[in-house]
Amino acid sequence: MVKVVDVVDKLNARVICGSGDMNQEIQFGFASDLMSDVLTIDTENLLLITGLNNLQTIRTSEMSDISFILFVRDKKATVEMKELACENEITLIECSHSMFRACSILNEIGLQPVY
Amino acid sequence: MEFKFEIEGGNFSKAGSASSEVKKILKQLNVNPKIIKRTVVSLYEAEVNVVAHAFEGNMNVDIDTDKIVVKIEDRGPGIPDIDQAMQEGYSTATPQVREMGFGAGMGLPNIKRNSDKMNITSKVDVGTELEIINYFG
Ligand SMILES: Nc1ncnc2c1ncn2[C@@H]1O[C@H](COP(=O)(O)OP(=O)(O)OP(=O)(O)O)[C@@H](O)[C@H]1O
Ligand SMILES: [Mg+2]
Repeated sequence: MVKVVDVVDKLNARVICGSGDMNQEIQFGFASDLMSDVLTIDTENLLLITGLNNLQTIRTSEMSDISFILFVRDKKATVEMKELACENEITLIECSHSMFRACSILNEIGLQPVY
Repeated sequence: MEFKFEIEGGNFSKAGSASSEVKKILKQLNVNPKIIKRTVVSLYEAEVNVVAHAFEGNMNVDIDTDKIVVKIEDRGPGIPDIDQAMQEGYSTATPQVREMGFGAGMGLPNIKRNSDKMNITSKVDVGTELEIINYFG
């Protein structure tokens, strides 16, 4: 389990939208830029790690009950993405690391792979 | 209860709005969250397929006490070989569709996995009709 506050801290990241509860715990991570793949995952309590910053990233998370999204490679969420995320109580986090670096740091602090 | 939503081909900024409405309705009806997820993932895959592969379509939703029946019909190129389209990895998606994060050829098999019943019929150069049924019990 990893707390949102630790994700933010270890990745030098920022929360740009979300409930503000930094003590929420996340168990699993899944990294992909392919929403087709994300839609096949049925794990609960998941952080989606992605470099895909369009509205479908948020839609996919809405349908898949994913409550946490981390954007890597300095990808910025648009205003529409933030609005849709807020509406669905999805926490958005941005960081400037590569996907690989972000994943290895998160794994080190206890975020688990889905498979 | 019956609902009908329009789906615009090619419009990725609107893709998912119909499925999102259905999710809100199912939540209000207190349907089991696991069944909601299975259902809306299926609907979303189908909705994105219309956006990605067809010209226009609609989603007809019929919610009963024990089940949800959804028909997604489109006007489009149709699917010449449905068995082939159902295989994981088969995709004719354009580079633009791939840029949006789709086109892995996972959608139809994922609908099959997430629905209790799935029927698909298609006519080349006319369109495609997909029926998805999920039971609440
Ligand atoms: N509504 C449709 N109209 C025309 N062709 C379709 C339609 N739905 C699916 N197809 C065809 O079937 C193929 C497989 O569909 P499927 O949803 O499995 O994969 P995809 O849409 O290509 O990629 P993904 O769903 O993984 O993003 C498509 O690439 C397309 O050729
Ligand atoms: Mg598809």
